[in-house]
Amino acid sequence: MKQTISVLVENQAGILNRITGLFSRRAFNIDSLAVGVTDDPAVSRITIIVDSGNSEMEQVEKQLNKLIEVIKVRTLEEDKLIGRELVLVKVNANAKTRSDIMTICELTGAKVADISPTSLTLELSDTPDRISTFEAMLRPYSIQELARTGMIALQKGSGKI
Amino acid sequence: MTGAQALVESLKLANVEHMFGYAGATICPAVDALANAPEIGYTLVRTEQNAGHMASGYYRVTGKVGVCMVTSGPGATNLITGIATAYMDSIPMVAITGQVPSHLLGRDIFQEVDITGAVAPFSKHSYLVKDANDIPRVVAEAFHIASTGRPGPVLIDLPIDIQEQELKEFHYPEQVNLRSYKPSVRGNDLQIKRVVAAIEAAQRPVICAGGGVFLSHAEQELLELAERTHIPVVTTMMGLSLLPTEHPLNMGMLGAHGNVYANKAVAKSDLLIMIGCRVADRAILSPAELAKRTAIVHIDVDPAEIGKNMKAAIPVVGEVKAVISQLLKRLEKRSGGEWLEKLQHFRRQELTRPLPSREGYIFPGTLLRALGDKLRYNAAVCVDVGQNQIWACKHLKLGGGRFLTSGGLGTMGYSLPAAVGVKVAQPERQTVVICGDGSFQMSMNELAAVSAAGMDIKIVLFQNNILGLVHQIQSTPAYPAGPFGVSLDGSPDFSVIADAYGIQNRTLSDEAELDEALDEMLSSEGSYLLICRVHPDATTND
Repeated sequence: MKQTISVLVENQAGILNRITGLFSRRAFNIDSLAVGVTDDPAVSRITIIVDSGNSEMEQVEKQLNKLIEVIKVRTLEEDKLIGRELVLVKVNANAKTRSDIMTICELTGAKVADISPTSLTLELSDTPDRISTFEAMLRPYSIQELARTGMIALQKGSGKI
Repeated sequence: MTGAQALVESLKLANVEHMFGYAGATICPAVDALANAPEIGYTLVRTEQNAGHMASGYYRVTGKVGVCMVTSGPGATNLITGIATAYMDSIPMVAITGQVPSHLLGRDIFQEVDITGAVAPFSKHSYLVKDANDIPRVVAEAFHIASTGRPGPVLIDLPIDIQEQELKEFHYPEQVNLRSYKPSVRGNDLQIKRVVAAIEAAQRPVICAGGGVFLSHAEQELLELAERTHIPVVTTMMGLSLLPTEHPLNMGMLGAHGNVYANKAVAKSDLLIMIGCRVADRAILSPAELAKRTAIVHIDVDPAEIGKNMKAAIPVVGEVKAVISQLLKRLEKRSGGEWLEKLQHFRRQELTRPLPSREGYIFPGTLLRALGDKLRYNAAVCVDVGQNQIWACKHLKLGGGRFLTSGGLGTMGYSLPAAVGVKVAQPERQTVVICGDGSFQMSMNELAAVSAAGMDIKIVLFQNNILGLVHQIQSTPAYPAGPFGVSLDGSPDFSVIADAYGIQNRTLSDEAELDEALDEMLSSEGSYLLICRVHPDATTND
């Protein structure tokens, strides 16, 4: 079962190493991991998607909490979170196919980030599911390169961790 | 003031009185500053791993954080086993390593190794210092982190240029306040009430006490809890000597190598109160099965231990000392009843059961029983790893003394350096080492440290010329090829080794001489090596 953990950490060198080391040492599987600084430059937020059962998640949370630089850990419930991922995808495009691809962009809300005579580079920020659908729609046009950020997430409503 | 001077000044302010170490090029500035600080004693080890074990022994009898300091590269990697040993037994330690100049980090230059990266999985925390102005804060934080919550080793990696850098100003923080590190102290009151109710309702309660009771300095509280409620106590290996061996409530050690009736008590209990223990595989083989049969209370300062190996019906997170005190406020006197009487009966039988003997050899259990009777009340006994450890767990009788061993990591060679650490802190305390010929050869180079300090350590060496515990495992049907690679052929004449270090010694192979030999050893002046011939077929099951 996929679960989303939001972790606030001191923005210090080596913390990412400690977190990924912890996951590999305790044999927890990471699906994706996204890191960025928060409104407080001394604090980073790490969003980790883990594939595991509930009892294991409890250990993941507890072990993360033991790391000295970890300030807060919270597992976000799926129906109570807003999750977004960014994808950049470079797809083959010529005069014939370009308008079809643009239709997909319009339908999904993707934007054109770059254009060349033989390609389009598109960007889309959405839920991981919808990004996967977008990717599937583009596959017939031959994807040259693709990069996904992994999901970042916050709680719905006014609550915060 | 240089970084090195700031380090030593900070160590003084952290009340450090002694350090264990091994010098090398990249730690020279710090060693030089230490040379000008006569307030801090220093022991030169013969290999860095033992600096960790000495610091561990030092802490375990004083409660003061052990400190070791070594050079970069191989010095640091040699120390790794010492750090991992401390981590597994939750021993607070501050390890300081020299490092190559900070601007050359990552270039793989002479004696460079990423030691903070290497120890990450088995240290509580680590620092790579890149500005000398941070040194006082880092030292204060390191001691705070090492010694609070669930204790553990903290490493400070100090590049040589940082040791040489001039500080703008020296400021050692009086208090450490880390927003991300706030260990729980008191147990939740609601949970405490649930524990009290569970104890009052239980027919066959058992306390399982571990090393966490020592770490929390809660020996007195545990004793009071057991005596007031008459609940029998079993201990893990790390909890041995929490209660005197012959205390009427002490049922011995549980686990695969433990006392039969300690295990029976746990198996037949209807309430198991785990205090400061983590019941790893050696203690309880199938925790899920046990949890089905008995209700479990788990008291530990580390929330991650609760539910890790064993599901607890009533978890209590908090410092063991605080939590037991909370329980004592609410618990009434209760009697042990038939349950306790039965266990006591079997326990007495086990403690006095006849032991095997072989002509021309010493059975370790027999020697350990006799030794226990002769030890001073507060003796510190440092026990190594292997058959000697299991025999000592089962047969050594202790009054109010301390049993020190590497319980978690099972590091061979722990006993002698741990004893040096004990002796540095408490020169007057009777200190005995129990080891085998395998484990002794892993750290006998520290006899030099023993001799250099003129220490008085009594070493009992069980010599069977094999790696006995592995030999024992290989002799089971699981290994059809039988014992292999466990012969200690080529070992030296240990009496000559002792002579070479100027240490009195005697070789013993007749149990009739045992009493007299132990008396001679214990009444001798200075260190003593008692070499006991043990038959290779003697096992820990005998």
